[in-house]
Amino acid sequence: MEGFRTHISIQNLNVNHGSRRILKDITLDIPDRRITVIVGPSGCGKTTLLKSLNRLLDPSEGLRVHGRILVDGENIYSPDVEVTHIRRKMGLLSQKPQVLPMSIFDNVAFAPRIHGLREKKTLARTVEHYLKLAGLWEEVKDRLATPASELSVGQQQRLCLARGLAAEPGIILGDEPTSALDPQSSKHVEQRLIDLKSDYTVVVVTHILRQAKRIADYIVFLYLGEVVEHGPAEKVFERPRDPRTRAYLTGEIS
Amino acid sequence: MRFRLLQKSDGVGKKPQRTDGILAVLETDGPAPSRKRRLIKDLAARRFLFGLTLVPGLLVFVMLFGLFWKARAILAVKPLGRLLLGTTWKPSQGEFGMLAFLAGTLAVTVVAMVIAVPISLLTAVTLSEYAPRRMRHAARPMVDLLAGLPSVVYGVWGVLVIVPFVERLASMLGVSSSGYSILAGGIVLAIMVFPTIIHVSLEVFSSVSKDLRDAALSLGANRWEVAKKVVLRKSRQGIIAAVVLGLSRAFGETMAVLMVVGNIPRVPKSLFDPGYPLPALLANNYGEMMSVPLYDSALMLAALILMLVVLTFNVAARMILIRAERTAG
Repeated sequence: MEGFRTHISIQNLNVNHGSRRILKDITLDIPDRRITVIVGPSGCGKTTLLKSLNRLLDPSEGLRVHGRILVDGENIYSPDVEVTHIRRKMGLLSQKPQVLPMSIFDNVAFAPRIHGLREKKTLARTVEHYLKLAGLWEEVKDRLATPASELSVGQQQRLCLARGLAAEPGIILGDEPTSALDPQSSKHVEQRLIDLKSDYTVVVVTHILRQAKRIADYIVFLYLGEVVEHGPAEKVFERPRDPRTRAYLTGEIS
Repeated sequence: MRFRLLQKSDGVGKKPQRTDGILAVLETDGPAPSRKRRLIKDLAARRFLFGLTLVPGLLVFVMLFGLFWKARAILAVKPLGRLLLGTTWKPSQGEFGMLAFLAGTLAVTVVAMVIAVPISLLTAVTLSEYAPRRMRHAARPMVDLLAGLPSVVYGVWGVLVIVPFVERLASMLGVSSSGYSILAGGIVLAIMVFPTIIHVSLEVFSSVSKDLRDAALSLGANRWEVAKKVVLRKSRQGIIAAVVLGLSRAFGETMAVLMVVGNIPRVPKSLFDPGYPLPALLANNYGEMMSVPLYDSALMLAALILMLVVLTFNVAARMILIRAERTAG
């Protein structure tokens, strides 16, 4: 891959639900410290692909995963891997912001606390740092003790970003992270992701092509569970090789 | 006959008939009189069914009023405070102090809840957070089945198993007890309350979205942390409702408790003392010795108290649940 270092390497990934194949034989390298955007029509398996990176696909719901995903060279689906350690490497932004039922402060402090940080001063500094990083500090610094559910939806999503970052991941996953937000808040979150890519590998799922064009360095086009085309953003947008990609970009498939 | 969805253009000179939320114009091919007759029938049926639906709701108030009416006689002679706090229950001498029964009910209920709440909540957490889906689906109807068993079965089982167990426990601790005691009643009641608390808490836990659990998991939380810090916390109100519902079941339960609790009208001083809960008082005595003046009135007052308490618990639980649902959504 030209100019990109690989951070996540997906090798022959298959995900089945009973006899239905949700993801078909996906092999894909996700570049380090870039924004990779997964696009495709709804129902094509984008979210499943994203969640497979985090091992959030629940086997008790009948989902079977085959194949390998290497993160920092470690196969996260190997049986002796501890799953909380894998998940901690990736912060997740979901479609609707999912604030935990506690205060703003406790939301951000959640991951540091469960991973053993107890000391009050360090905790306070950590929370402040990540709230600043997510661009929320100025708006909430005077009401850290109020329940997080009292924030606006846009603020909640940035809180979720801060909370995810506080787990000190190397990767940020976003599952249509702006779909519940107003245009202003969407822009805010997009800008944050762009700012963060110097330190983090970002993988975002979206069905908004314009958003993909705005933020993507690398594009993956997923269609009916298959990777149809992937490559650097300008290349895929300007000279798509596959006719299906072309059809999607011109709006014939949606 | 044709049905047509109402459009704006249909409105000219024709009034749409309301058929419960759906706007439609019914066009019959038959003559006008048959159309009218059907309308009248529909109206009559609606009124009649509506009236029938009111009956169960009104029944509660009729019963409350009836009990109050009957209890009036004793309330006219004795102050309520003395009736509730008096310790002597000697109907033949005109003494109707109910404290022993209130204390018995309270003691049995508290023991039952102390046993039932932690066990039921942990069971519900296990089923909703740890158990594989298939096990959860198998366990749920089984728990509900437990709720449907006739309470006399629990009573018999209590006499056969729990009472001897309590007797042995007491003798091990150097206390003399027949086994028919507050503790035995509490244990049997706890088992009867399990299904209520488990069922309602499972319901509440399942309303916590998978996305929220995923959010906590993605921060590196393990299942216990998700259960404790997210699911239980998010379900706080629902859990309170579940406990209150269990409480009201325990408070009013009659048969099973009556069989194992000893039924001696004294204020119990220890877990191994016998007690005499209010429902048992009613079940054992109503219909007998009715020649004693004011006796039936006293029992009706006891029934009224029982009913009011249970009703209050139930209404409170429902209100908490409704509020919890609203804040969750």
